[in-house]
Amino acid sequence: MSLAHRIIPCLDTDGVRVVKGVNFVGLRDAGDPVALAARYNKEGADELVVLDIAASRDRRPTFLETIRRVAAELSIPLTAGGGIRTLEDGRAVVRAGADKVTVNTAAVERPELISELSREFGAQAVVLAIDAKRNGSHWNVMVRGGRDSANRDGIEWAKSGAAFGAGEILLTSVDRDGTQAGFDTELTAAISTAVSVPVIASGGAKLPEHFAQIFKEGAADAALAASIFHDGLQPIRTLKEFLAARNIEVRLPC
Amino acid sequence: MKVTIIDYGAGNVPSVERALQRLGAASERTSLPDNIAEAEALLLPGVGHYSALVRALDEQRMRRPLVGAIQRGVPFLGICLGLQVLFASSAESPQLHGLNLLPGKVCALPSTVKLPHMGWNQVGRTRESRLLAGIDPAAYFYFAHSFAAPDSNGSTAATCVHGALFAAVVEQHNIFGVQFHPEKSGDSGMRLLQNFLRIAA
Repeated sequence: MSLAHRIIPCLDTDGVRVVKGVNFVGLRDAGDPVALAARYNKEGADELVVLDIAASRDRRPTFLETIRRVAAELSIPLTAGGGIRTLEDGRAVVRAGADKVTVNTAAVERPELISELSREFGAQAVVLAIDAKRNGSHWNVMVRGGRDSANRDGIEWAKSGAAFGAGEILLTSVDRDGTQAGFDTELTAAISTAVSVPVIASGGAKLPEHFAQIFKEGAADAALAASIFHDGLQPIRTLKEFLAARNIEVRLPC
Repeated sequence: MKVTIIDYGAGNVPSVERALQRLGAASERTSLPDNIAEAEALLLPGVGHYSALVRALDEQRMRRPLVGAIQRGVPFLGICLGLQVLFASSAESPQLHGLNLLPGKVCALPSTVKLPHMGWNQVGRTRESRLLAGIDPAAYFYFAHSFAAPDSNGSTAATCVHGALFAAVVEQHNIFGVQFHPEKSGDSGMRLLQNFLRIAA
């Protein structure tokens, strides 16, 4: 009996539709977020993440409506984010039905945002999203959708973010994202062992072996993927059965 | 029978409300002392900081009618912080007083493990549980917390371990509490809420 490793599908949206891209560029339509949410809820996903990757101010009300409709389908936790810049942005997302809020670029620019959200909703509701890119022997934090370097060290920022009050870290490898070459085990292990909060690994998943590897060697507490789930290439149930057969604790729905 | 959901501003009130709707139960949200005093069944969802819940109960004068109703035998279900507040106090805000309906003090989970205790875990039944009736003993429930109530008295119906053993389900007469979030725990959580509705009916 111990805490199960979580499998988390991620819906990257333009506010309305789920979109897909490689290394954060070249987006194409991948479906209706509400229908996908209902499917994942039924298939045994442990949580769901919905991101507004466009994060434009004018489309925010539409994204909030998407959160409301997605939340109505779920009996599992929902994390939402993308373009969260203020406490008020976070409140709107929580009011729309999200259990947790992710912050990224705005938190790098003003880490107090993490503390403000954490004070209001509790650390368990604040997920610090870190996009990391390898630079020699360490990792740089990237901002604005993985495009620009923040000139910060990934491990230091993860530690600092947890100290500011983040209850979880959603760690995306910019190098692996969209490549389907497997999660970045080295990056994930480095961050996961450096912080005391749970770490969700993201970027590069394709095969069930990738998930086994990130849990066993990457010390990940959860693993997130998008397109392999949307395309139906990797049913969540068979993925979990694969992991359970390798003695990795997962929640198999009864 | 209508379930009165105590709404002190916690983020999980809407999802609890939705779960009850799915089960066909009538519910109302309230933060008014009179509504609490007259409730047929009470549900206290809580998430976030212990102090926010305790302060809201006191500032909005909900404590007295709440304790009164529970002592009169009105069925009560506390979720997460709603379980923790049943105890005398919490290390999260040592200067504040809980409802003191169950003895003991809520403590921080040890820092030898990752905190918050976040995700799906199993619970071990310590005795017959009305809330867990008909639920697979291997079922997982969703937890998200860093503090927990000790398994130190007869009210514990199930425990969980994350760094330390703690009370996952408490049951004592009409008092029920769960440290996990049934409204986020898939079918097992829905079944638990349904069990509470049956007990309260």
